[in-house]
Amino acid sequence: MAYAEDAERQVLHEPKSYWTKYVWSQDHKVIAIQYSLTAIAVGLVALVLSGLMRMQLGFPGVLDINASEYYQYMTMHGMIMVIYLLTALFLGGFGNYLIPLMVGARDMVFPFVNMLSYWVYLLSVLILISSFFVPGGPTGAGWTLYPPQSISQGTPGTEWGIILMLVSLIFFIVAATMGGLNYVTTVLQARTHGMTLMRMPLSVWGIFTATILALLAFPALFVSGVMMLLDKTIGTSFFMPEMMSLGQQMSHSGGSPVLFQHLFWFFGHPEVYIVALPAFGIISDIISVHARKIIFGYKMMVWAIVVIGGLSFVVWAHHMYISGMNPYFGFFFATTTLIIAVPTALKVYNWILTLWKGDIHFTVPMLFALAFILTFLVGGLTGLFLGNVVVDIPLSDTYFVVAHFHMVMGVAPILVIFGAIYHWYPKMTGRMLNDTIGKLHFWITFLGTYLIYFPMHYLGIQGMPRRYFSFEGIEFISQSAYTLNQFITVVAIVVGISQILFIYNLIHSFTKGKPSGNNPWKAASLEWCTPDTPPHHGNWGPKLPVVYRGAYDYSIPGLADDFVSQTSTNTSVGIVGDIQEEGS
Amino acid sequence: MLAAIIITLLVIASVVFHFLNPWQQTVLASNWGSMDEILSITFLVCGLFFVAIMFFFIYCLVRYRHREGHAAHYRSHNKKLEGWLIAVTSIGICALLAPGLVVYGQFVKPPDNAMNVEVLGQQWRWAFRFPGNDGLLGTTSVKHIGPKNQFGINPSDPNGQDDRLIHTNELRLPIDQPINFLLRSIDVLHNFYVPQLRSKMDLIPGIVTSFWATPTLIGRYEALCAELCGVGHYNMRGHLVIVSQPEFDIWLSQQPTFSEIITSNTNDGLAEQGQQLAQNRGCIACHSVDGSKSLGPGWLGLYGKTETLSDGTTLSVDAPILRNPLSIPQLKSCVIIHP
Repeated sequence: MAYAEDAERQVLHEPKSYWTKYVWSQDHKVIAIQYSLTAIAVGLVALVLSGLMRMQLGFPGVLDINASEYYQYMTMHGMIMVIYLLTALFLGGFGNYLIPLMVGARDMVFPFVNMLSYWVYLLSVLILISSFFVPGGPTGAGWTLYPPQSISQGTPGTEWGIILMLVSLIFFIVAATMGGLNYVTTVLQARTHGMTLMRMPLSVWGIFTATILALLAFPALFVSGVMMLLDKTIGTSFFMPEMMSLGQQMSHSGGSPVLFQHLFWFFGHPEVYIVALPAFGIISDIISVHARKIIFGYKMMVWAIVVIGGLSFVVWAHHMYISGMNPYFGFFFATTTLIIAVPTALKVYNWILTLWKGDIHFTVPMLFALAFILTFLVGGLTGLFLGNVVVDIPLSDTYFVVAHFHMVMGVAPILVIFGAIYHWYPKMTGRMLNDTIGKLHFWITFLGTYLIYFPMHYLGIQGMPRRYFSFEGIEFISQSAYTLNQFITVVAIVVGISQILFIYNLIHSFTKGKPSGNNPWKAASLEWCTPDTPPHHGNWGPKLPVVYRGAYDYSIPGLADDFVSQTSTNTSVGIVGDIQEEGS
Repeated sequence: MLAAIIITLLVIASVVFHFLNPWQQTVLASNWGSMDEILSITFLVCGLFFVAIMFFFIYCLVRYRHREGHAAHYRSHNKKLEGWLIAVTSIGICALLAPGLVVYGQFVKPPDNAMNVEVLGQQWRWAFRFPGNDGLLGTTSVKHIGPKNQFGINPSDPNGQDDRLIHTNELRLPIDQPINFLLRSIDVLHNFYVPQLRSKMDLIPGIVTSFWATPTLIGRYEALCAELCGVGHYNMRGHLVIVSQPEFDIWLSQQPTFSEIITSNTNDGLAEQGQQLAQNRGCIACHSVDGSKSLGPGWLGLYGKTETLSDGTTLSVDAPILRNPLSIPQLKSCVIIHP
């Protein structure tokens, strides 16, 4: 624990001017909020785009949307949600905020690089958004950006849109790498006295593992982005074979479109877990706190995160069962994909077993956590459909896939984000979010998203293809499917608009919310032990905290309080001898 | 408590919805009934896990909701229970994977008596090629593509001379004959998707991909593109017609061979020629014949009309524009460039 002793010897320099405190800040908490607000802002853009898409699908012609625009909205919606919202918010937002507070560090290990990470991220967002204003508009190639069509004529945004998209992604990866190095180093090097790895909250384990995945997976996207940029701008042929383009022969030859898909999904599948693992960790912590119960099977939960992280690198081609790759790959990737379901299922079991014999408080963060379990279970089970190659073949490229991935890596992580914001907002601001608005927001969001995506699976079962601007004239699609599409659109618009409640709550409670005190949820983990709320620069005052136990000591029999903070010793709370477990 | 009740209702509604909803699979028209069976097994196994897990979840929510004087138990883990849960889950996974991989084993090996049919994809239409009496398809290259050789068949390859070419979007196949679909694209990715066949595969420029199926039900089915291929993707549609063997033989013998096409002098009426061209070049993906709004301007009454371009300027459509749209500078930046 050389870091902790060293950190205590150094004098704290709290920035004094407005600019260094709130804008060019090197404080992980300010950077976290900058990351989060930017991600939420760009996420709202993507939300509006999804509303426009739903209008076209449910009520074609009501808004004057043409096919080019539809594909542009679709592409931007997907890319923003996956990369610029979810990845940025979980790692840049929660990673930044929680890691130093949860492991007992003064800040990230490289605060300046951390600041750079945010500003480069902001730059990548601005580049991405600028593509709405260039000739030809943003790219409409789908978020997977498959060549050749992403850079050949006949796709919207092949003039500027695709170039800006690739450049933006490259900047994003630079930002994520700078942030990621910080998160990993801080977890490994800057833990305080007594904070062993196996005493860290699962939130930190999830974010830590996800960051390692990001550091290993993003280079694949970086490389493919650079190669595609060269194919587009100077006419190289990394991914471009000898081909025609709308009647003209192109000068490319020898490139491989399938190679791009392998590279893309070598990044793209770990990306799912880059989003999911922090969500897994955070939800474990929320459930444990609000059920007043020690997390069930902590060690197994840690190992499940690590094993899922490892396996996520050997399942990527399950996105490519019908891509025309060597079909014998299917045997291998179907097997690995279904194996990954075992540690994932174990996590679901342990969340529910944490509730079992608990003392469940139905607070707003807990409601989001419970909704996550249901949503994630549905999304996880449908993953077994698509992972099993012969079930995937008929369902691939249909609305079943759209419903599956929205459930599992759209709605489920978003529910976690909401739950986490309701849970940690008091620590960030010193005030509680409004409970009534929170509950209203929760029920509309949870029930709405379930009503949108659960029936959508059955459109896919019927065979409705995804990425269709219009279904007009397709005979095998029944009339009732159009009615369902209208229903989904109406619900989606309601859910979209209801997010105003959340935004209002964030803004309103910032000044008007009930003061929260240091530890409103009576949580045991270290971030609730800061001397000030919100914590000052340096987090801990002159002395770093000393940790004596794990993060989940709730409801120990015989004690007055139903939680024991990580900084408490056995003797200070009156525990004598070993803690006896009940029911064993 | 409210949360427990609503989640209970959601779970029950989900199960009921599964059995009562009107959106079921299309009729099966191929040998891949085994894929449907694996789907049913998957629904069954996943459904049982879903109901069991949710039942216990709801039980916990009701039984262990917060009440005054109620405290949680202190129980950190239970190795035996976790072991059992891993075992049961693994059995469930095997029950899905094992039969799945057996069927997949059939999918990757087309039978020896399968008939080769080439599916050619391009933005945004289909074309098809059958080998002639020699049973062999001629080699192809993008370099050979021309007005009379849309498939790019090598003119000096003797195997290609008797290939029968279908330039329309309609493919006919005989019933009960295993078909090996050889898939080729000359531009971007596509996917030959006939829902009733169940099996499908991407088309990739530069290589030939394949999948196989045996049609088992006479009928006319839609063939869609299922891999995003540009703005006209949703309009890349054709038909697969499954007919009896004799009917198929007659139909196939009426289709032109490659050598007939390159030596012929097409003297069809101009209107038919135009219609053929529009269909062959994929124009109809963006331009409607009846003037209805699509991606590009509809053709009905286009001549002499004033069109508003995407940059806001207006343009009166006259003969020089129609002959060569790209001569007009605004059109270059505003429209998709035409072949």
